[in-house]
Amino acid sequence: MADPSGAGPLLSVRGLTKHFPLTRGVVFQRTIGHVRAVDGIDFDLDPGETLGLVGESGCGKSTAARLLLRLIEPTSGEVRYRGEDLTGMSPRELRQMRRNVQIIFQDPYASLDPRMTVGSIIAEGWEIHPEVMPRGRRKEEVGNLLERVGLERAHADRFPHQFSGGQRQRIGIARALALRPEVLILDEPVSALDVSVQAQVINLLEELQAEYGFAAVFIAHDLSVVRHISDRVAVMYLGKIVEIGDSEAIYERPTHPYTQALLSAVPSADPTVERTTRIRLEGDVPSPASPPSGCSFRTRCWKADERCAAEEPELVDRGGHGHPSACHYAEPADVLGVRRLGS
Amino acid sequence: MSELPTTHDTGAWSLPRRGEPVLSVRDLHVEFRTRRGTLQAVRGVSWDVEPGETLAILGESGSGKSVSAQAVMGLIDSPPGHITSGSIHFRGRDLLGAPEVEQRRVRAEGVSIIFQDALTALNPVFTVGWQIAELFRVHRGLGRREAYQRAGDLLDRVGIPSARQRLHEYPHQFSGGMRQRAMIAMALALEPDVLIADEPTTALDVTVQAQIMDLLTDLQRDLGMGLVLITHDLAVVADVADRVAVMYAGRVVETGRVREVFTDPAHPYTLGLMRSIPPLERRTASLDPIRGTPPNPGALPVGCAFAPRCAFARDRCREEDPALEVVEAGRASACHFSEEVRRDG
Repeated sequence: MADPSGAGPLLSVRGLTKHFPLTRGVVFQRTIGHVRAVDGIDFDLDPGETLGLVGESGCGKSTAARLLLRLIEPTSGEVRYRGEDLTGMSPRELRQMRRNVQIIFQDPYASLDPRMTVGSIIAEGWEIHPEVMPRGRRKEEVGNLLERVGLERAHADRFPHQFSGGQRQRIGIARALALRPEVLILDEPVSALDVSVQAQVINLLEELQAEYGFAAVFIAHDLSVVRHISDRVAVMYLGKIVEIGDSEAIYERPTHPYTQALLSAVPSADPTVERTTRIRLEGDVPSPASPPSGCSFRTRCWKADERCAAEEPELVDRGGHGHPSACHYAEPADVLGVRRLGS
Repeated sequence: MSELPTTHDTGAWSLPRRGEPVLSVRDLHVEFRTRRGTLQAVRGVSWDVEPGETLAILGESGSGKSVSAQAVMGLIDSPPGHITSGSIHFRGRDLLGAPEVEQRRVRAEGVSIIFQDALTALNPVFTVGWQIAELFRVHRGLGRREAYQRAGDLLDRVGIPSARQRLHEYPHQFSGGMRQRAMIAMALALEPDVLIADEPTTALDVTVQAQIMDLLTDLQRDLGMGLVLITHDLAVVADVADRVAVMYAGRVVETGRVREVFTDPAHPYTLGLMRSIPPLERRTASLDPIRGTPPNPGALPVGCAFAPRCAFARDRCREEDPALEVVEAGRASACHFSEEVRRDG
């Protein structure tokens, strides 16, 4: 049931799964297997908080983003928005939910309709949800939004191709904010931007979150950016969350070998120091069409043994480390420690 | 000229000493003449690389960071691209002035390049083994059997598991990381003196990126070659490069040893970049980004191209384009107020 009090999580995800069929044949297509893009993930998102979702390509983080809005249909599992399951919603209820849960994509070039003016892109949501903004105030409000994201009022009459990548991402943010959402899903929002512009957009997102109070799921592969922006972090590998916890805990005391390896692989931007721990994984991520038995990370893990091949580790806090980790042998390690280099 | 051991016959080119550049680019100007006007892609760029050294060319998109390397490799399509002035010296000899056949020999055997996207650099209709063996057959005159033998050794050296079997596979059968390894194997087959790596790990995941950077630095040490690493990633530069040339709007705006440049920037653009990236090791309150956006290379401002985004800019910056001047031994900055930048930074 809907939870009008607002207590409890905004989004609650349980056992969420998406398997894409692999087919062969053109006329008589038959399914020859499944890609387990998202393979049973659980998490909650509280009002106002930012959850970072990290992992390498193919780990399922972008599929998860689309499932959260039901832009694609899940194979199983549920996503509850304020207690109500999206999978059971009628088209009308779904529309109402999407007013409150907005998404921003990585590619600001592909996600804005090139034939619409910036003003009509931003105002488009109000056609579907006229109750958010009375018709008479829309032009004024488009101008306000443009100014709020660092553009100019006059830009409303221009077209997307007249803007740079960073400016287009600002337009995408203004469009998402027009509906005053409670949740913003950000799918690699700054990955396509240059370093100097990326920092501007990150600052803007933080200011807007403080002002509007939305909760955010921030999906990215850049671990430095995720640390900067997230309250909590979930690490994904082959369609599963392998570790989740407060940002501080994940970066300072990661317990899953994959999280440790991922952090260890990022070079430090400070040339005067050197990491004391150095973990190098071998090989590539296995295909999500045929994940290994047991623990999906065991083929690249230095701790793996027979138990890992036989028994899939659950995402639980085993040793009292303070946050859950899907490893039979979870053990905290400080992998970001550095030593100063001599001159 | 030198006592340095070499791993292969050096032919007519003289071998440089350590401390002497093997490849050097001087005051290079490249423009692209399009119907909509002329773009000054590179406006007087100079850099050089010594044997065994890693030079990073750091810049954002549109900075021209790849253009000088493309000029070295003869990869600038003309038209629309034109090298309007400058020189490129390989082992002390002017490459741009050399006859076509000599230029091609240097580009085949002396300098190699690898790209971000290995799939487009490898030929999809030939096996990976055939493509590497072909190099040994054409340039080293080896027979088929021996060429394949060497190709297998090379794939093994770049860390491809079951290298002998994989010789017979096609590029699309390799994963992204394995394709990058195969491209590195091809680039190193003829043991070049210089390897240019243009965003070699940008398309790769972080765990694979770490493997590839380790491999590149290992191979560089073993082969004693100069490495020119073109990238936008400050952390990669901090991690592997000896020296850095920071590019902005077609110019080198700052150059020097990485440690000195990154800890004590002498150009406001470098300082701004450093302040734009959140550190992985700790949580930062807020970032201090560079304002505005990079200029359009078709319509550069008068004076310093960075002035419109610069907190240090004065009237002089909007009138007079600063030259790249030495600020201390081995370091140079193209800023009228570099001393002030260093005090503030």
